[in-house]
Amino acid sequence: MKTAVVTNIQRYSTHDGDGVRTTIFFKGCPLSCRWCHNPESQDFRKELFFYDNKCKNCGGCIPRCPSGANVLEEGKLCFDRSKCTGCGNCTDWCIYEARELAGKDYTAEQLVKEAKKDRIFYEQSGGGVTLSGGEVMSQDIEILEPLCRGLHREGLSVFIDTCGFAPYEKYEKILPYVDTFLYDIKAMDSAVHKEWTGVDNALILENLKKLSAAGANIYIRIPTIGGVNANEGFMQQVIAFLTENNIHPAQVNLLPYHNYGRNKYASLAKEYDDASMQVPSDEQMEQFKNMFINSGFTKTNIGG
Amino acid sequence: MEEVKNACACDAKIENDSDRGMNARIKMLRKISHTTEPHIDLERAQIETEVYKKYEGSVSLPVLRSMVLKEYFSRKTLYFGDGELILGEKGRDPQCSPTFPELCCHTLEDMRNMDARSLVYFRVREEDYKIQEEEIIPYWKDRAVREKIIAHMTPEWKQAYAAGMFTEFMEQRGPGHTAGGGQIFTTGYNEYKAQIKEAMDKLDYLKDPEAYDKLEELKAMDIACDAVIILGERYHKLCVEKAAAETDPVRKAELEQMAKNLEVIPANKPQTYWQAIQQYWFTHLAVTTELNPWDALTPGRLDQHLYPYYKVDVENGILDDYKALELLECLWVKFYNQPAPVKVGITLKESSTYTDFANINTGGVDAEGHDAVNPVSYLILDCMDEMKQVQPNSNVQISRKNPDKFLLRACEVARKGWGQPAFYNSDEIVQELLNAGKSLADARMGGSSGCVETGAWGNEAYILTGYFNIPKVLQLTLYNGVDQLTGEQLGLALGNAEDYKTYDELFAAFKKQLEYFVDIKIRGNNMIEQIYAKEMPAPCLSVVTNDCISKGKDYNAGGSRYNTRYIQGVGIGTVTDSLTAIKYNVYDNKKITMAELIKAMDGNFENDPQIYHLVHDKTPKFGNDDDYADDIMKTVFELYRDTIDGRPTMCGGQYHVDMLPTTCHVYFGDVLGATPNGRLAHKPLSEGISPEKGADTNGPTAVIKSMAKMDHCSTGGTLLNQKFTPKALAGETGLKNLGALIRSYFAMDGHHIQFNVIDRQTLLDAQAHPEEYKDLIVRVAGYSDYFRNLDKALQDEIIYRTEQSFD
Repeated sequence: MKTAVVTNIQRYSTHDGDGVRTTIFFKGCPLSCRWCHNPESQDFRKELFFYDNKCKNCGGCIPRCPSGANVLEEGKLCFDRSKCTGCGNCTDWCIYEARELAGKDYTAEQLVKEAKKDRIFYEQSGGGVTLSGGEVMSQDIEILEPLCRGLHREGLSVFIDTCGFAPYEKYEKILPYVDTFLYDIKAMDSAVHKEWTGVDNALILENLKKLSAAGANIYIRIPTIGGVNANEGFMQQVIAFLTENNIHPAQVNLLPYHNYGRNKYASLAKEYDDASMQVPSDEQMEQFKNMFINSGFTKTNIGG
Repeated sequence: MEEVKNACACDAKIENDSDRGMNARIKMLRKISHTTEPHIDLERAQIETEVYKKYEGSVSLPVLRSMVLKEYFSRKTLYFGDGELILGEKGRDPQCSPTFPELCCHTLEDMRNMDARSLVYFRVREEDYKIQEEEIIPYWKDRAVREKIIAHMTPEWKQAYAAGMFTEFMEQRGPGHTAGGGQIFTTGYNEYKAQIKEAMDKLDYLKDPEAYDKLEELKAMDIACDAVIILGERYHKLCVEKAAAETDPVRKAELEQMAKNLEVIPANKPQTYWQAIQQYWFTHLAVTTELNPWDALTPGRLDQHLYPYYKVDVENGILDDYKALELLECLWVKFYNQPAPVKVGITLKESSTYTDFANINTGGVDAEGHDAVNPVSYLILDCMDEMKQVQPNSNVQISRKNPDKFLLRACEVARKGWGQPAFYNSDEIVQELLNAGKSLADARMGGSSGCVETGAWGNEAYILTGYFNIPKVLQLTLYNGVDQLTGEQLGLALGNAEDYKTYDELFAAFKKQLEYFVDIKIRGNNMIEQIYAKEMPAPCLSVVTNDCISKGKDYNAGGSRYNTRYIQGVGIGTVTDSLTAIKYNVYDNKKITMAELIKAMDGNFENDPQIYHLVHDKTPKFGNDDDYADDIMKTVFELYRDTIDGRPTMCGGQYHVDMLPTTCHVYFGDVLGATPNGRLAHKPLSEGISPEKGADTNGPTAVIKSMAKMDHCSTGGTLLNQKFTPKALAGETGLKNLGALIRSYFAMDGHHIQFNVIDRQTLLDAQAHPEEYKDLIVRVAGYSDYFRNLDKALQDEIIYRTEQSFD
């Protein structure tokens, strides 16, 4: 049975689509956006968070690790990430909560079962399930297709939160089961996109056009980041792109950048580029929103 | 209607809670009520002692009891506050508690304590000590019900009671859950007298061996009616005098109208909205001063009872919404004026509050099952919102038939964060009452009173008898029946923890231990029930409770149409998580041995941090929609219920269970050592059916799913607390999501849910003690998250923001 790695199943999620939702965060993303607030979901493998600042060097984890990834060197606990298999056994015994496992395996069937648990809340609130990540569309289609089909068969609303960077055939296969795509646009200029996310945006824009032409319901989501894309020129480009390609998103959501994820970087031994990105001002956000509204995208909101 | 809206719109601007109230009159009355110190009043006790000395032995007991009420209402000091529109106090003035020496005769030491304690204190005057010592104590010290109860209990009962296995409700207060039905609002006391006469005429002296007892009971009821009529007459006279002396024409007109009202009520049935409220209040005073029943007297489905009067008065042009709301606010002040009578000892521990639990259920369905929300329902919500008082305990019933508008208005008030209204599930309550044998119409007109306890209002004596410490039963099971705090052999000696080779063996021993203590409790209850039935009748309460008159039988002797006794289970979260910790770590996954776990518990987990971490943080917990733990909850709950449910009471009723604690989870936790789930010694148990504090980490929908796995319909009420920050419920979306959460829980037959919406101070505390606030959700940016998951800088930012969300 094929499995996917999931970092979190967030219930009572009220900001990733309509109503009360359950958001499933898959692990692994082809992009590496420098502002990403879920860096633990970039790598496709299970990973151990190790919070160096919480570790008291007690050594309690040492006998619990089957692969000997932990050693005490001169009173200091050293964690050898290369030996870690992600089994998570040490997390049960670390009394300082310095260890946390990111990622758990699920089959499509197990995910449907989890997602079904809050059916009654979805029905009362007009909510449903959001598949997110990481990048859900990077998951194996042999998981993705039965998952979406299974959710749809249960009568649950399915939202796909995607960066757009996946072969269009995958979108095509799940299209019949998906209610709405939450589709990110991060930069219109190919070089800028590559600089900040690590990939070119040609496929992303192409997929958006195709999805729209295929009649998919789409909410455009724009992470708005000072120093990257929080400027009128970019917003104008997006508006022009949507208009020229006859794309009519049901909603546009402008998501102001925040840096709340920065502390996660250190615990994964990653760097965070705090200096080059800024939180956009409320006035700016308001101005961008009005640009969209004035161009006919009346359902434009700040935030999810 | 415009005027009322304006009055309420001002509410948002009122920053100082001491200045609440829709106008100057209410502000003044409310201020007096909220700033006067609670105090005791011995006038009732003195008059009672005189009556007993004079008549005891020469008249029957029921008659003697009602003569006390009549004499008190004929002679008591009358309070008539400036600006009052609703009249009458239990004692000499607001915030006054009469005493009830026939139930509990306070020692001088008790009186010094009640005056000196820092919480739930009552001021005692110098002369009170003298009266108590010279008049009250000499007569009552050996005759009070409290002494009789203790004298009748077995050694096992006394030992278990002292150790905190259970509490006893009737050792200081009368049997209660006195909740009124429609008759209180539609019947004059002369009509009750006519009904009593009819019942007397029907007595069969030739064939009925109880005819004499019934005659005496009916005579007593008749005297109780006279008592209420006399109180009305005395207030009528005062109104006339005050009106004559009044120079302000506006107030003069009010006083004249009040005098006119009292020409109708309480002897005759009310003709107007104003009279209906005053009529209820007189009955409230009579029932709560003839004895001291638990939970005062609930006005029942107030909106339904008042609406017919409201409608006619509005059509006749003598009432508008402004006036209707003002009278409600006057009534709210009256409730707040009456602190729950003084409690001492364990009764104080289990119910450590001034609240007397008169509980208003607005909304729901009518006797025919139709949507019962009416304009008065909305006025009551406005009143609750404006007055912001812990008394009366103001709540809503929500049926699937009620409009979203009503639900959302109630949510709007609830999200202000002070816990009212709580939400009761009408459709589930009807099922509970049908399951307990009530007729469909009586079930629909029932509700939840006190905290969450269900009854057929106006038709039933449903009496809480005491809280039951379920986790302590498990603890005794693990320690061969020995209380590990005192070393005393308290329970059955069935073996030590290590003797149970399988989880099933352990559970079987737990079952035996539980049955043993339930039997002790019920045996005690049965004695107490008969003491009240024979020696402490409540004739006035019997007058206003259906079928007591026609049966010629007292409320305390089974005269009501329905009779129920509840035993309230406490600590389901703690006991579930404890059993889960054992099953998961010792039996199923063998992560630790039983000996290691017991050793860790013996040391209060101080020397075993890894085991603490394992059982406390890395084990399935109740409240996360995880069947591993939730299935164990079901087995414990069903065992508790089936051990009690359906057992006969002494006066023709049945036992059922409630799952609620009031403040007893704190006391029960205090008498309990460390538990297998990592709860430390002396710390509170989980409250209501809520998860153990901090154990639910999967969000509110998961909590609700877990709670709904309990069969609420087979109980007499369950209590669930949920905690949110204001930001998480902010805006139109927040309100709708809250409404959806309630609708969902109720669709799954949840009984009750209430909300805490957290302020800055609590967030600061949460920051200092994150382990105690694991379930606290906050709105961050474009998403919500657990407060504990955020770093300090972000927490600080949110703490700052939260204050703003109260704008």
